[in-house]
Parts: sequence; C-alpha cells; structure tokens
Amino acid sequence: MPLPRPLPLAPAALIGAIALLLAGAFAWAAGWIGARRIDGGDVIASLDYNGGKHPGYRRAHAKGLCFSGSFHANGAGSALSSASALRAGEYPVIGRFSVAGGNPLATDGRNVFHSMALLLRTPDGQEWRMAMDHTPIFPVADIASFIALQRATKPDPRTGKPDPALMKPFLAAHPEVKAFQDYMARATLPDSFANATYYSINAFRFTAKGQTRLVRWQFDPEAPLSGLDKKDLDALPRDYLFREIIARTAKGSSRWHLKLVVANPGDITDNATVAWTGPHRTIDAGILTLTAVQPEEAGACRDLNFDPTILPPGIGLSDDPMLAARSKAYSSSFTRRAGEGAGPSAAGADFSKEAEQ
Amino acid sequence: MTRHPDDFHPLLRLVHWLMAAMVLAMLFIGVGMVSTTGPLYPALLALHRPVGIAILILVLIRLPLRLITGAPPLPDDLSPLQRQAAKASHVLLYAGMIAMPLIGWAMLSAGGYRITLTKALALPPILPHDLALYALLREAHTAIAVLLFALILAHLSAALMHGLIRRDGVLRSMTTGHRYRADTPDAVGHAPAPIAKDLDARYSTADDA
Repeated sequence: MPLPRPLPLAPAALIGAIALLLAGAFAWAAGWIGARRIDGGDVIASLDYNGGKHPGYRRAHAKGLCFSGSFHANGAGSALSSASALRAGEYPVIGRFSVAGGNPLATDGRNVFHSMALLLRTPDGQEWRMAMDHTPIFPVADIASFIALQRATKPDPRTGKPDPALMKPFLAAHPEVKAFQDYMARATLPDSFANATYYSINAFRFTAKGQTRLVRWQFDPEAPLSGLDKKDLDALPRDYLFREIIARTAKGSSRWHLKLVVANPGDITDNATVAWTGPHRTIDAGILTLTAVQPEEAGACRDLNFDPTILPPGIGLSDDPMLAARSKAYSSSFTRRAGEGAGPSAAGADFSKEAEQ
Repeated sequence: MTRHPDDFHPLLRLVHWLMAAMVLAMLFIGVGMVSTTGPLYPALLALHRPVGIAILILVLIRLPLRLITGAPPLPDDLSPLQRQAAKASHVLLYAGMIAMPLIGWAMLSAGGYRITLTKALALPPILPHDLALYALLREAHTAIAVLLFALILAHLSAALMHGLIRRDGVLRSMTTGHRYRADTPDAVGHAPAPIAKDLDARYSTADDA
C-alpha cells in the first residue's frame, strides 16, 4: 500500500470532508436528517391508525368493485383540452366503485364517500386516471390536516365513534372539516353507485390551442338521485351498495355525462374544501357507459393505481397541494399492498359463497 | 492528435463527466422525491423517468466505447488487492448504471403504469402487469440506489486519493489527460494537477481502470 507516510493531513482531511458532505447532502435529500417532511409513509400510518391494519388492501377505499365500459366523447371538450379522450370517439374504460375507509369488509351503511375511479385509454396510448368522490368538496385542504383528521376521528373502541375530547379542539382548529361534516349531514347519501354524481375534487389545468383554463369536472348520472335513510344505516345489509350495482348492471347499463366546469375569475382553484358556486361555463363532453361489473379478483381494476395525477397531454395539475399529496400517498399505498399480496374482496367473497350454495 | 497511453479516450472522458452529473442528480432526485408529499413530488417524478432513460442510452453507448478504447494501465506500485478492488468497483459501477434504469422501467411495467418520458412520449412495457414483481423491483430499486451511491462515494474518494495524495496520474487520466514531453517544453503538463482542478472530481461516478 504505497501511500506516502505519514499521510498528508490536509488532502486526506479534504477528501474525507468531501465524502462526508456528499453523504450528508444525500441523507438530507432522503429526509433521514434535518426538518421532518410528511412522506407517503406518514399518510399510510395515519390511515392505519384510524382504521386498523388491513394488509393486502388499499389503505383508503379498500372495499371496491371493478367495472368496465366506455366513454363516448362528443368532441365538445376539445374546446378546453387537447387530450385525445375528449376528441369525438369511443374509448374503453376500466373503473372501480368503492366506499371510504381502509376496511375491505366494512358495511355500506355509513355516511361516507362513495367513489368512482376511472382509467381512460385512447388508441394513441394516452392515459387519464381519475379518483373521484360523490361530494363536490373535500374535508381538508392539505396533507397535514388530512393526517390530523385521521388521528382525530379514530373510532373509540367503546363507542365506535370518534372521541369528543379529540374532535372538539380539532374541529375548532379546522372549520373546513366542520363545514364538510355539516354538508355530509345535510346532503343526500346516494342509495346506488349508479345515481351519484362523482366529482374531480381538485381543479386541473386544461390547455387547448395555447389557452389554459382551470377546470373541475363531474360525472352526472342519468339515473335520478335517491338517498339511503341515514337514520337506519345500521340496519343496511353489509354489502347493500355493491349488491345493488351488481343486480342493476345485470339488467342494463348505467350512464353518466362528463361535465367540464370552467373556473370563474375569483374561484378558489388550489383548495378542494371550497365549493364553486353560481353559474359556470359548463361543457358536456360526452357519456360514460358502465356495461359490466367484476369482483376485484376477476376485474382489471384491483392491481391499478388510480393516481389522479396521471394525465394526458392537454390536462395538467393545478396549484392544489392535495394533488401531489394524493399522488404520493396512493403510490405508497399501492407499493405496500403490492408487497403484501391481494386479499379477497367483499363482493368477490360473497359471489364465491353464493356459487358454492 | 494521438492519445497518450496513460489516458482514457477523450470521448469516454466526456461521457464519464456527463454521466457523473446525471447519475448523481438522479440519485438525489430519487431519494428526494420519495421523501415528500409536497408539490416537488410530481415535478421530480416527471424528471426522474426521462433522465433515467437518458442514462440508460448513454451507458449503452459508453460500455462498448470503453471496451473498444480500453483503459490506461494502473500504476505499477499498486498491490494486487487494490487492483482487484479497482476492477471490481468499476464492473459494479457499470452494472449499477445499467441495472437502475432497467429496473425502473421494468418496475413501472409490472405496476401497470405507462412509462411516460414526456406526456406525449411513452416506452412500451418490458414486463407483464404483476404486482408481486412490481413490489420486488421497487425494493430493489431503492436498495441498489443506496449501494450505488455508497460505491460512487468510494470511487470518488479513491480518485481524489490518487489525485491529491499519490499524485500518480490516475485521476488525470479521466480529467485533463497527460501531455507528451515533446509537445510541451514547459513543465505544466507534468506538474501535479492543482487541487482546485481536482475538486471537479467530486462529481465523479464511474471511470475505468
């Protein structure tokens, strides 16, 4: 080892310092040292804390059903975005219905989000993924509040309800959550996946012919809305909503109109807790038709990540910080369940049980 | 101009430093993006994929170039163990640079994702949609990234050791190159490279031995 003896101190120290500096910078970039950053794992931990661990399932909206169908674009949406999915034509759709929460066997008798996720593919390979809820607003505006909400609303094992001692100060600090809860208490809770309106939650940037506008979208059902009796939710059969859509689809298809709602000057576009009110320029861009449902074991939706930031050219992210947070949290959830291996779905288990009888 | 036998080919040197910057940037982008739910996440993710594929293209040009143009001999006074360490570390650096983008590409394929380089441009999947495969590759991507970064630190430290302490021309074989005595009446070309110049090597990734 013919290095000069003694080792020249200055260059040796310099080399050590450079290596240490780089290693330190790497550790900082990775979030191992320095100020705490909220990462995907923190979101997952808060969901697990709230609803218990359910390995092998999505950390949120664990209970679901796949569906397939098509989107028939009428071309009107091309005025707002150059995305191929909005050009006149018919495109295949993979979808998923779900109810909120991390428990894949939860009861449908809860006043919570009913959700629709979609993946729209066009022949040129463009993809548009969406994850939508049946409410026009979201309870929180940022990921730190989302985590705090999961912690504050953890059901007390004795009552099955959140601990008021935690909820009171949380709601005082988060009037937007209080507003959301008031909305949920008032609003109709759809009695079918087929008669709910599904909203994009966040705003997105739509670009066509060099012009960019902020847009929220919604899928308006053709089936008339009717609600579940909220006073009698405890008596609802566990898989009521899933059985209903399975039975309904056996009889015929369900349809929704994609409405693109353009922001007015002054609309809040970076905060999903704030509704847009009053008249808006709205474009009916086409019809989504649901033709078949499949249990997750057999459908195409289970092993997909419906990351709402996977967008075609002509549609981009708004400044809403929840979009980045959703993307990362979905990815962390997806990676974890991929490693755990999928478990049976509520609807799938019921199907197989019935097949045996 | 003929190449000095103690130097790497100039083109290889160019690709080395270009890739040094890119690979190091990629490692930082990668660990940075998975550490946050903030607005940087989608921006870094969108950058990570095309830069990764650019690295794959560059390393596929670089490896044959290296095999064709060869490497200068190591100094005679290096022990056999040091020679073996030099050789093994360079093989591993190349393996890492090839494996990381391929694993990334394969991982997205197995995850059922579109492998988008830009919003309009995507690569075909190279594996079937299989979540067990995805999970395995996702873990490997992180583990190999950390090992590759450690290897790069070792490589950089060794290069600086050659340049600042041993002053044996090994570092210069990948930087400015040696000059022929005949070409250079002055002794500039033979003086040890000044420290400031050698500090450029902090961005070093893989050269060759």
